[in-house]
Amino acid sequence: MTALAQPVVSASSPTKRRVRLLVALVVTIAVLALIALASLAIGTRQVAFPDVIHALVSPVDGNADHLVVRELRIPRLVVGLMAGVALGLVGTVLQGVTRNPIADPGLLGINAGASFAVVLAIATLGVTQPLGFVWFAFGGAALAALLVFVIGSSGRDGATPVKLALTGAALTALLTPLVTLVLIGDGDTLARFRFWSVGSLAGRGLDVAAALWPFLVAGVVVAALLGRRLNLLALGDDVARGLGARLGTTRVLAAVAVIVLAGTATSLVGPIALVGLVVPHLARPIAGGDYRWILVFSALFGPALLLAADVVGRVVVAPAELEAGIIVAFIGAPVLIAIVRRSTVRSI
Amino acid sequence: MDVLDLPALRRRRSRRQAIVAVVLIAIVLGASVVAISLGASGITPARVFATLAGFGDRGDEFVVFRLRLPRIVTAIVAGFAFGLAGSLFQSVLSNPLASPDILGVSAGASFAAVFVLLVASGSGFAVSAGAFVGAFVIAALMWVLAWRGGLVGYRFVLIGVGLGYVVTAALGWMITRADVREVSQALVWMVGGVGGASWSDIGIAAGIVLVSSVAIIALGRRLPVLALGDDAARGLGVRGAVSRGALLLAAVALVAAATALAGPIAFVALISAPIARALLRDGGAALLPSALIGSALVVVADLVGQHVLADSVPVGIVTGVIGAPYLLWLIATSNRKGADG
Repeated sequence: MTALAQPVVSASSPTKRRVRLLVALVVTIAVLALIALASLAIGTRQVAFPDVIHALVSPVDGNADHLVVRELRIPRLVVGLMAGVALGLVGTVLQGVTRNPIADPGLLGINAGASFAVVLAIATLGVTQPLGFVWFAFGGAALAALLVFVIGSSGRDGATPVKLALTGAALTALLTPLVTLVLIGDGDTLARFRFWSVGSLAGRGLDVAAALWPFLVAGVVVAALLGRRLNLLALGDDVARGLGARLGTTRVLAAVAVIVLAGTATSLVGPIALVGLVVPHLARPIAGGDYRWILVFSALFGPALLLAADVVGRVVVAPAELEAGIIVAFIGAPVLIAIVRRSTVRSI
Repeated sequence: MDVLDLPALRRRRSRRQAIVAVVLIAIVLGASVVAISLGASGITPARVFATLAGFGDRGDEFVVFRLRLPRIVTAIVAGFAFGLAGSLFQSVLSNPLASPDILGVSAGASFAAVFVLLVASGSGFAVSAGAFVGAFVIAALMWVLAWRGGLVGYRFVLIGVGLGYVVTAALGWMITRADVREVSQALVWMVGGVGGASWSDIGIAAGIVLVSSVAIIALGRRLPVLALGDDAARGLGVRGAVSRGALLLAAVALVAAATALAGPIAFVALISAPIARALLRDGGAALLPSALIGSALVVVADLVGQHVLADSVPVGIVTGVIGAPYLLWLIATSNRKGADG
């Protein structure tokens, strides 16, 4: 089943379909808002719900509850929202442009590139603060994505899904042992890096978010431009070309979106895998085959999944915390497996 | 020459296979002899041969049989198993990414081994046993979850990827919670090395590899039929699901044994088959050449890590650094149509 075939085989009329999509959109936004509220209300410190609202609308100086909400939980929510949007869109763009259902920043070597840059920054330059990691993570992710696209699209056939995915796997296989080599010889770097490497929303301030929001906006805009092009691409290279699609332009735009968004997400929360992999698979059954809608739902499901994981991580082992990256894997993998077992990915 | 001259084509093909196999075996043996002769107490190749044949003096015997040969044999056995397993995974599931690294089998082995190291404070044989069990548990889970009246490639791969992430996350959790020095030890194991095995470890692993290889030889003839898809295979009298299952079981046994022996020398399983297929250029699964490439890769990489680089770098790092650029080059220059992964 291809993207454009979806509306044709769909039994409902276009109007009904649009109503259904709008209802799903409203429900999704409501769920995301609830999760966002939960992320402000739930944590190691018990803050009563009215106090959360007070902290938002009329904070009292010196009130510890209000301080926790404003200084710790709001930055965490903002970071989670931004990273979630970025990760959701990255996964969708990657899967659309590679026509590969298992495309994910982790699998395409982008996380490995970011990790390598961060390890080098810690080990050789003595960078210790999250705001210091940001630009190295961004640069590493961007370089890795660029390398994967350049190498993956050289040769006669251009960027085939298999070549892109293999290139990412090769890059990961090259960089991971190098990271390990640095870590084996350097206990201090290991002590710092290991917490960054699991992916977490904690400890990133609004300064990081403030530095990165222009990149997020740019990435979202480029991703939004890709919707129609990805619909054409889903028909296969030859058909898309026949319908007048410029595949080269599409791939360049996709590369830009992936580089910027993956860089932003990784800089914000570390190398979190699986959000980008799972979210498009959740969005497709709801949005149908139209990538414009898949992108919209992915941009909402991404932060919902990431923030939910963060909240769960604060609850399950309280008063300690589990990093969001670990929870995402434990929530995301069963979801992915359930989807795969229902075989809806056959259509990709 | 007539293009339809199949017997001639087949002759040329098998001659190419024989040449490739002989060259690879020569590389493995040559590198082995060099590796045995190098070291703190140098032994000339002639004395190496004499010692191996039973005519060496006591000092040489100690160095060769106690210190260096176990390392070489570990490298050969582990490389052979990783190469063969990678090739099997890729052809049975018809997906070039279906390597035990990406499918979570290696991650399962790592998780179990690191669990034994960090949480249960075990060492040596317990760690190897943990790795072996871990690989099988993940493979069994994958099997149970992916089974739906048959085993389709993409579903198996996706579920493997999903499980791999879970295991990697659990691994990350252990690594953030444990003592930094112990984590350092775990990292050394996780990167893969061939220096630690005893003759009894090697014996167990080699036994498993031998049994698996025999099973694979017996089943290997079905691979081309399986490549046609389950329906066509049934038409030709091959039960697709059963054959795939048996072949994958053997492949998992290979990965488990090799990982237990030498740690997850990750890159070898992924890259051996593409190299072998590039050498043979006949579109087949290239099982034996893949296994030999695996051995050659690990032996040469360990040689480089021990003697060319300064600080006896673990073999897993060398295979990554020399193997990945080759795979990247292979991808960049390949002309084959890679349709849908």
